[in-house]
Amino acid sequence: MKRVVITGLGAITPIGNSVEEFAEGLRNGRSGSDYITHFDASKFKTTFACEVKNFDGDEIFGRKEARKMDLFSQYGVVAARQAIEDSGLDFTTEDVNRIGVVWGSGIGGLRSLEEQIEINSDYEKNPRYNPFMIPKMIADIVPGQISIEYGLRGINYGTISACASSSHAIINALDNIRIGRADVIVTGGSEAAVTRAGIGGFSGMKALSSRNDDPATASRPFDKDRDGFVLGEGGGALILEEYEHAVNRGARIYAEVLGGAMTADAYHITAPHPDGLGAANVMTYALEDARVSHDAIDYINVHGTSTPLGDVAEIKAIEKVFGEKAYEVHISSTKSMTGHLLGASGAVESIACLVAMDQGFIPPTINHFTDDPEIDDRLKLTFNDPVEAEVNYALCNTFGFGGHNTSLVLKKVTA
Amino acid sequence: MSSVAEKVKKIIVDKLGVDESEVTEEASFTNDLGADSLDTVELIMEFEKEFDISIPDEEAENIQTVGQAVTYVEKEAEN
Repeated sequence: MKRVVITGLGAITPIGNSVEEFAEGLRNGRSGSDYITHFDASKFKTTFACEVKNFDGDEIFGRKEARKMDLFSQYGVVAARQAIEDSGLDFTTEDVNRIGVVWGSGIGGLRSLEEQIEINSDYEKNPRYNPFMIPKMIADIVPGQISIEYGLRGINYGTISACASSSHAIINALDNIRIGRADVIVTGGSEAAVTRAGIGGFSGMKALSSRNDDPATASRPFDKDRDGFVLGEGGGALILEEYEHAVNRGARIYAEVLGGAMTADAYHITAPHPDGLGAANVMTYALEDARVSHDAIDYINVHGTSTPLGDVAEIKAIEKVFGEKAYEVHISSTKSMTGHLLGASGAVESIACLVAMDQGFIPPTINHFTDDPEIDDRLKLTFNDPVEAEVNYALCNTFGFGGHNTSLVLKKVTA
Repeated sequence: MSSVAEKVKKIIVDKLGVDESEVTEEASFTNDLGADSLDTVELIMEFEKEFDISIPDEEAENIQTVGQAVTYVEKEAEN
């Protein structure tokens, strides 16, 4: 099998609209959470979210094009543009039939659907659904948009597994390059579900934090008083490239994607398996796929969404897979800062792992106030402040409603 | 310019993101103003909404230019 490396990155996140800004936010433990501006949320049980800031789609795409793209597409395309530019790839000299796009979104263009339902809510009137509603809302439109913009005619599809969507995309990209179906794949994911139905729906499930008096500290993974996740939005893009192809063109190599795995809990539609069974399996299989012992892992970027059940189940899984080493490995949840980017989280958190490798620090799990007796205090959960550390091997976990689990193993490549 | 023509022009400028000066009577939505098939459907729908009329598909096919749109809407609005 061919080796696969990462040669370009792009990020639109609640704590920064470039990889550089995002990295700076991670280092400074910046919270992206604040009161919702996308709509009037004052009547909702949760009135805050981690929104992307200072992003003007009309300015970036021009009003005519922006109007035809849901926000999740805009975030995705901009992140992909950044990653492609960062990679230095010149598509005019490449075989574009061997360059693909595999992209994850858990929900797709929710706002575009909502808006048309609102407009047509009077059923006595002639229904007039906008012809762009479907192409704006379908969750697979981003890989299509990116292929059109750059003329990439290779593998092209979307992956959907709720909050694990972009991790499935990255693993699919890895496998497609490994077996020789493509030389380069633009991968990652994007999401923009901070809408009435998004906030209302997740809130209805009691999945969201409702700490309305203090949004900035609401996302508090592993804290005793965590009360649900904070909805985030944005996009993350990675250029996965066959190793020789990258070396031959003198590309900057961020890391090698050593392996990945995908499992199911087969337990409940939304609740995690209480012992983290599927999560433990997926980490074990990812390490096997990467041919790396758990002893080698320096950093685990956990799913850690700040929900009462999920955080405990994941810790149990880590303890099961890592044994005593569970108390040595650095662990953190960057969702404490970014909120939960749903389908984009795997991509953005993989980028957080690469930032950790590149800059030699563990991003913190911010907003820690009170230890949870259910979580062993020997665990190095990187509370509140970043820790300087050399990261050569990182594991990135992402789990999704439906019981989908993914884990990725990344290895630093030194020039 | 009639008020219908002004409104039609405004919709076209808004939806197709073109400059007002390009929206001449003879301008074709697809050939001159860069509309694709979905844009054209959207324009017809906007005319229907704005003027509270219903444009059947077979009539919509004959509305290809700014002038044709104005003529059609003016005729319908009279009825």
